[in-house]
Amino acid sequence: MPASATAAKESGQADKGPFAAFLAAGIALTGIVLLFAMVIAFALPAFRQQGPGAVLAWSWRPYQGDFGILPMLAGSMLLALSALALAWPLAVLLLCGMLPRGPAAAGRKGAGLRLRRLGADLLPWAIRLMTAVPTVVYGFAALFLLTPLVRRGLGGSGLCLLSAALVLALLILPGMVLVMEAGLAPRLQRLCPGGLALGFSRLELLWHVVFPSARKTLLASALLGFGRAMGDTLLPLMLAGNAPQVPGGLTEGLRTLTAHMALVTANEVGGAAYDSLFAAGALLLGVNTLASVAARRLARCSEPGAPPELRS
Amino acid sequence: MSRARASNGAARPAPRNRLRGLPLLRFASRFAAVALLGCLGALFAFLLFKGGPVLDRELLFGNTPSLDAILGLRPVWDGIWPALAGTLCLVLLTLCLALFPGIGCGVYLAEYAGPRAKALAGAAVDVLAGVPSIVMGLFGFTVILFLRRSFLPEANTCLFLASACLALLVLPVLIVSTREALEAVPRDLRLCAAALGLSRAARLRHVLLPVAARGIWSGVILALGRSAEDTAVIMLTGVVANAGLPAGLGAKFEALPFAIYYITAQYQSQEELARAFGASLVLLLLAGGLMLLASRLASGYRRRWAGGKA
Repeated sequence: MPASATAAKESGQADKGPFAAFLAAGIALTGIVLLFAMVIAFALPAFRQQGPGAVLAWSWRPYQGDFGILPMLAGSMLLALSALALAWPLAVLLLCGMLPRGPAAAGRKGAGLRLRRLGADLLPWAIRLMTAVPTVVYGFAALFLLTPLVRRGLGGSGLCLLSAALVLALLILPGMVLVMEAGLAPRLQRLCPGGLALGFSRLELLWHVVFPSARKTLLASALLGFGRAMGDTLLPLMLAGNAPQVPGGLTEGLRTLTAHMALVTANEVGGAAYDSLFAAGALLLGVNTLASVAARRLARCSEPGAPPELRS
Repeated sequence: MSRARASNGAARPAPRNRLRGLPLLRFASRFAAVALLGCLGALFAFLLFKGGPVLDRELLFGNTPSLDAILGLRPVWDGIWPALAGTLCLVLLTLCLALFPGIGCGVYLAEYAGPRAKALAGAAVDVLAGVPSIVMGLFGFTVILFLRRSFLPEANTCLFLASACLALLVLPVLIVSTREALEAVPRDLRLCAAALGLSRAARLRHVLLPVAARGIWSGVILALGRSAEDTAVIMLTGVVANAGLPAGLGAKFEALPFAIYYITAQYQSQEELARAFGASLVLLLLAGGLMLLASRLASGYRRRWAGGKA
């Protein structure tokens, strides 16, 4: 590996430790490059195809030779955006409850206050735990808890945009809250002595000062949540009904790119259907790469000067 | 910051407006917290209520004697033991494959990379972290297709392939936690080690890695949980509904999350459904337990080094 060898010489060390680290980094980066190369190489022929059987079309009827996956792309986008529209405001509100907890209330007594503090202590813990709940468990529980409610309330089968979006919102919520918390907590901390002395409460500082100055962190967390919602497979597969159409309302079924990929591999419709599988994968890869690159740029712009590092 | 000051100034002439606005926010945030905790409580209570009663020996092994089932002497037809064993094999194999590149790459990024390499590799890791798990599965699938078309015509999806794809999936978790644990080591400690005349490799081996071990462990456990719960990757890389105990690296296998999905889609009787509830509860307890362990390790680590005091 010539690149790592020159790098080792530059750092003035050629012993075993750095070499192992270079090797490991090389393996990891090779994996990433290989992933992109394989998926794109398999998808290119599918995108090239024109006329009947093209993947960039609006109709999916595999037995008539129509392999369009644009309805699935629209479905993925729509579902991810609705989940984001539900989860992002909720994350901001939860943050308003979590961040401004100061020692101020600790001295006061009262049963109501103690109960409230218990709730406030429970919340960060619950959010940490939510990151560990397996997607399939969410989907499974929602199938028996949520869909009957939706079916009774709004009619239809209960497997629709609304059910999937609600549960997907629950899935992407903890990640977004944690990203926001990591970005905003230090800012609030820095403002606190001066701001409190001016007579602002912590919540006021957060709402009037920290939020407006940290738009980029908030946007980055939204992008990460969007990527997570686009990429999830099991919830749309179990809850969204999987009809290959663009949904016209909240109670209509839809099929996402991810669910489409799972269904095509499970049913093995045939050779031409596989092309749509690779095209769907490449589209997903493209959208999510854009989202994470944008989120990374935003997060880096909003960093208020990273601490200098010690290097020898 | 200039915008912040402007909004601060704009808020001050109208205190009444602010007083009227924020109680609403307070109420809304409290309402959101209660609603979320209520939803989660309902979910856990429902799973416990439905899955708790079936959580016994029969859930795992069905009618087969336990020892025979564990040793694989007799097949288990109506229990989740094969799926559980498949998940354990999958997780361990994934860890074996991901441990060296993950921790090594984290060490490289924290200690050896120059600013440019750091930015580039950091971006690559971020992008990898954003890749949907089903695309990871698709990658494994394309690798098999490629092998079949080129020089291994009988290649098929299997346990090893699924573990390799899962390893790629959990790689960012390992890299980021190793890197953060190393970068959180206090500056004083680094300076001390350097002043004592330790070489760079010796500093890493005898000071930095032992000090950062807790943080790295928490990343490893997070990666374990992530690979145990993921379903989409293995759906494209060789999981099946009935395979018995995993027979080897090149064999098909069962896994707990897929078993839940499969039963939900195809169940014939209430007993089967009850088994799915039990399996969900087992998976939830497994993932939650791993998560708690990881966060305990991480918070202990942070407390120890907060403020740079040992």
